[in-house]
Amino acid sequence: MSELGLLSAAQAAEKIRAGEVSADELWTFYRERAAADDLNAYLWVADEPDAGDGPLAGVPVAVKDLFCVEGVPSYAASRVLEGYKPPYTATSVRKLRAAGAPVLGKTNMDEFAMGSSNENSGFGPVENPWDRERVPGGSSGGSAAAVAAGSAPWAIGTDTGGSIRQPAALCGIVGLKPTYGAVSRYGMIAFASSLDQCGPLTRDVTDAALLFRHMVGKDPCDSTSLEFPEEVALPTAERLDGVRFGVPPELTGEGIEDAVKAVFEEALAKIEDLGGELEEVALPHSPHAIAAYYLIAPAEASANLSRYDGVRFGTRATDEDLLSMYEETRAAGFGAEVKRRIMLGTYALSAGYYEAYYGRAQRVRTKIADDFRDAFSKVDLIVTPTSPTVAFKLGERTDDPWAMYLADACTVPMPLAGIPAISIPGGLADGLPVGIQLAGPAFSENRILDAAYALEQAIGFEGGPWRDG
Amino acid sequence: MIDREQVLHVARLARLRLTADEVERMSSELSTILDHIERINELDLDSVEPTSHVVEVENVLRADEPRESWPREQILELAPDAGDGGFRVPSPGA
Repeated sequence: MSELGLLSAAQAAEKIRAGEVSADELWTFYRERAAADDLNAYLWVADEPDAGDGPLAGVPVAVKDLFCVEGVPSYAASRVLEGYKPPYTATSVRKLRAAGAPVLGKTNMDEFAMGSSNENSGFGPVENPWDRERVPGGSSGGSAAAVAAGSAPWAIGTDTGGSIRQPAALCGIVGLKPTYGAVSRYGMIAFASSLDQCGPLTRDVTDAALLFRHMVGKDPCDSTSLEFPEEVALPTAERLDGVRFGVPPELTGEGIEDAVKAVFEEALAKIEDLGGELEEVALPHSPHAIAAYYLIAPAEASANLSRYDGVRFGTRATDEDLLSMYEETRAAGFGAEVKRRIMLGTYALSAGYYEAYYGRAQRVRTKIADDFRDAFSKVDLIVTPTSPTVAFKLGERTDDPWAMYLADACTVPMPLAGIPAISIPGGLADGLPVGIQLAGPAFSENRILDAAYALEQAIGFEGGPWRDG
Repeated sequence: MIDREQVLHVARLARLRLTADEVERMSSELSTILDHIERINELDLDSVEPTSHVVEVENVLRADEPRESWPREQILELAPDAGDGGFRVPSPGA
């Protein structure tokens, strides 16, 4: 790997500003690597940089295909949107461009962000650069694989039930899911609107803070967005003295594989070495989070995806008659998992079942948020493994939807409560990366980033296919 | 348990045409998923308020300022079929 590729994004920006590296040189380096990607991480690669001057100094960013970018193919990895080039650009992408980060390319993902392995893409699965027979996680699998493989210095993705944090964990990089509302959702192709939130996937915690800093803010185009209450700081903490970490038995015990547990235990020991305090806290309703999530998210998705009907954009399967046009366009355009979730969501919202399923799920959601509120009255942060397992083999879970859903067990409770969480590499288990997750109350990103930074320095994770070229 | 008839009913509501194979598979997969999901019935939730939005905001208002929209032609260009300044679709009665 050339020296350019070994620079973190923050370091690259600094060198460009100091005149030691040119933005053109960096663009050409990553543009060539993205174009040569053989993991199927990219669905489209830009020819020319498209950003102006700014603090991000020309460091290119890979963008999940879920974000609309004007004039650029934006399909959310669905065949139903094939050919679609949006007339507008997502606010988060627009802000990053304005800060000086050009769009490097569009990254592969599970179709409409529905999946935990990237195997549900309409454009084929992505391979994990650590082991090409394994999944990179999902749904932001292309963004995670691109950053881990060094074909992007950093990337953005979206997280509805874990879609930033879980692929970050499985690819050995950093992924931050912000507080709901911290970043505008305008221009994100909608999956589950009460949960969707975009954020950075990066090589280290400093890069995550830097990219996040330029994404936040209230947007008149998204009425659920909120002003971030403070400046996003670059993390500096070296110690964790007096910081109280809650360890919830519900998300750290049953269902977590032993090799992941071992890495997690080491991370807990490092937290104590740094002066942090560990305390058991209960999240009694979190074992029900998967069930609540797999009612709420499909219900919202079934409504959001009703727009793909062959009328205004994307593909159309037949002109036979109106009903056939709707039904066949959707039958031909959607993949199996998207159909499954539309069916599940439509069923959960249908007459006679609404209260038993959707209504109950919304009440479970309240209990999950209450659990976190109680926990954060006792501790500052919660620490868990990000994923119950390391990256699994391609094809291993595709025949068992519930087994696939369990991949989200540790990441689903946070978006249900709207709170932020980060995944950082904790070490390796059998040669594959394990993620450590830190979660905090709404708008505690600075606290999370600072603690993650201190822990990152103590762990000293040095793995990463990007280091080897 | 979701039987074949229910799958077909829901597919009709969702405007999804399923093949015979898909109907069979959907019936078994959705039944399995719902078996797991129904564990939330063990919880006592009678006195719990539902959450539809996690952040406590209401009535987000802004000034009603007129601004330009996209040119009609640009939007119609994205459609599978357009004509006479509108989206063209097959007849519902055909």
